[in-house]
Amino acid sequence: MSHHDVVVVGTGLAGLTAAVRLAEGGARVLVVAKGIGATHLSPGTIDVLGYAPERVERPSEALRPLIEAEPGHPYAHVGADGVAAAVAWLKDRVANGSLAPYAYVGSAEENLLLPTAVGVPRPSAVLPETMAGGDLRGGDPVCVVGFSALKDFHAALLADNLERSGVGVKARAIELDLRPEGRVDANALGFARAFEDEAFRNAVVAQVADRMRADERAAFPAVLGIADPHGVWATVEHGLGRPAFEVPTLPPSVPGMRLFAILRTALRRAGGSVLLNNVVIGADQTGGRVTALRTRVGLREERRGADWVVLATGGFASGGLALDSSWAGRETALGLPVTGVPAPGEERFRPGYFEEHPMGRAGVTVDRELRPVDAAGERVLENVVVAGATLAGAVPWREKSGDGLSLATGHRAAELVLAASTPAATVGS
Amino acid sequence: MALHEGHDVLGPLLMRDSLDHCVKCTICETYCPVSNVTPLFPGPKYSGPQAERFRVEDEPSPDSSVNYCSGCGICTQVCPQGVHIAEINTQAKATYGETNGVRVRDRILARPTLAGRLGTPAAPLANLTLRNRLLRLAIERVIGIDHRAPMPKFAGRTFQRWARRHASPAASRRVAFFHGCGTNYYEPRLGEMTVALLEHNGIAVDVPKQDCCGLPLQSNGLFDDARGYVHRLAERLAPFARDGVDIVGTSTSCTLMLKREALEILGMEDDADLRAVSGRVYDICEYLLAMHERGELKTDFKPVPETVIYHAPCQQQGHGVGKPALDLMALVPELRVVESEANCCGVAGTYGLKREKYDIAMKVGAGLFEQIAETAPDRAVCDSETCRWQIEHATRVSTVHPVEVLHRASGLG
Repeated sequence: MSHHDVVVVGTGLAGLTAAVRLAEGGARVLVVAKGIGATHLSPGTIDVLGYAPERVERPSEALRPLIEAEPGHPYAHVGADGVAAAVAWLKDRVANGSLAPYAYVGSAEENLLLPTAVGVPRPSAVLPETMAGGDLRGGDPVCVVGFSALKDFHAALLADNLERSGVGVKARAIELDLRPEGRVDANALGFARAFEDEAFRNAVVAQVADRMRADERAAFPAVLGIADPHGVWATVEHGLGRPAFEVPTLPPSVPGMRLFAILRTALRRAGGSVLLNNVVIGADQTGGRVTALRTRVGLREERRGADWVVLATGGFASGGLALDSSWAGRETALGLPVTGVPAPGEERFRPGYFEEHPMGRAGVTVDRELRPVDAAGERVLENVVVAGATLAGAVPWREKSGDGLSLATGHRAAELVLAASTPAATVGS
Repeated sequence: MALHEGHDVLGPLLMRDSLDHCVKCTICETYCPVSNVTPLFPGPKYSGPQAERFRVEDEPSPDSSVNYCSGCGICTQVCPQGVHIAEINTQAKATYGETNGVRVRDRILARPTLAGRLGTPAAPLANLTLRNRLLRLAIERVIGIDHRAPMPKFAGRTFQRWARRHASPAASRRVAFFHGCGTNYYEPRLGEMTVALLEHNGIAVDVPKQDCCGLPLQSNGLFDDARGYVHRLAERLAPFARDGVDIVGTSTSCTLMLKREALEILGMEDDADLRAVSGRVYDICEYLLAMHERGELKTDFKPVPETVIYHAPCQQQGHGVGKPALDLMALVPELRVVESEANCCGVAGTYGLKREKYDIAMKVGAGLFEQIAETAPDRAVCDSETCRWQIEHATRVSTVHPVEVLHRASGLG
């Protein structure tokens, strides 16, 4: 049986953040996961807090009343200072990461207003430098550039909705018929790779420059490079002689993949490793502590010994949480107590998507040190910390807080484990 | 090691049913090494869970594009929902073959033992033939094996012959060695080094009589023939497994075949011999690392002052055990190991040998070949024989099995 200081379960933003921070702190880290996590599907921005419930302009200020009003909210366990520390940590990892000089800008102090792929203004705090030019709180008219072969991005839809959104920014669309390698259709990644080819990029720039007006900024789908996004974006801006920015697309999300690549490389460099197709199905326990995780690998069961476990398996969408046919909630890896699921017969959902649904905050409840607790508030396991979308108490899609929560709780989980481990006993052993 | 008894992971029908878990997230498509370099393969999601809904039992299969799937298995590895994408595609390839026929070339490539038996006694002639450009062009024309494709050299002797005359010293532990066709006909020296390394660590080695594991037949859609090979091999190995003897193999794709692919893809879950073997088979590096974790591996390694680049083959990654070769080589003093950042070398067994796929395979491997050129290592290290031949062919860098490095570091030669 292998043994690690910490086994992290999950390769999403929370799990990778915790793993990198732990490995950099000297711990021997193993990440186990069923497959690749949600970074590939997320826009790659860190939306700390977008609505509370009105649109938030200054997240760090809005966090304090939220934390006071909702002591069970995951942000309450991290604190506004903890959120700021996590953001600073991530920006530093990106700026010094494998895709440097690609960098993240912004902070929890202030939200920008960025267009989504369907032209809806979206508050976002920390984001790739390549997206910052899309701030809709003012600025030049937008020329949205679409590609007929990129089926996941509709320039006209974006431009029309943006005009209607009331932000007061003019927008129009142009569509190009340039295709990577002559493909009938290609996904965002195919275009991102094509953009790294100078000939393709030059052809795009020439056609856009031809049709752009002198006062416009260019909105591109987020496909401006995958291996050298800074270089691609800078040369596009240079070629156009006008500002250019990226708008996140439908999955696969190229900016999300960049973030994954940066964190995955940081983990490798810090000595951590990742095992995919390892589904955690339980744990060996002694005296309120997990000693080893049981994982299903293909047709076998394996045991992975650990002093600490960071559980970051995600929520219902990722399979970290599940409901059985009688609507009993279940945490799928360790069988931790799930709170917030309405009893049979009670109302579970309301008609409107953005309403407060009775089961919207369901998840694993933790104490201030992110340890899972039961219905009575008693700690269930001493050496398990929970991070990310598995946590109860938040409504990320209403708050626009999902990535912020994953980053902040993942970072906090690592800090707690590092602080609790005496150097001789665990870390670096 | 017990097999996981969960019914949800066994049987071809249940492999297929996993497609209902697909949420169209596209993660598999971002990792597919083939669809990322050629539009001829529409990608694992499209060919797998999506197209599978239109494949109806007893109706002819129309989708030839699935034949461009190389079967590397990366899609299944990265899927966050547990969809058995590669397995579904391998089954679809076989169905297509049943309807539309399997080419003579694929039938030949799928039988390494046949080539081995014919080529071994005539090794000098066979090797000359396979290295003669004109003859290779003729072979390409007649049956479609690309004239540039890497072909191994017949050793002119078999590992089995050596093993029959070799007696392992008595020891308290023993393993059965599943050496595979590559070791038997082309790299018998690797088999000898494996035996020496295991014996050096206090393990007696049995080498049962054995034949092909059926993987190349499975990859080329010849499921019935593959089942025959798997069953005969399992019959030979099962007595060891039932005796509590672990089975170790140096060919990582063949050990994966016995560990789970034959059970999952060929629908042999009722084969009691195979189930017994499946629970006891280990890739050699997986086994050695587990020994090390138990404190049973001799780690007084001698310095190997070299730089090597280690590439974990796709099939090795399919074991889900990480990269044990990296952990083992980290124990060797003065050995500098660079980890490959590529997912695939392109060849995928017999895929890259085929005329219509050779260029695709070379394009898939381009990233790896570039990294090797930049690293300029003393040698490359890789657990799979066909990948080693592909890497050597593309880079001219000598490429060895991790056992060879450990054998040398153990002072055995």
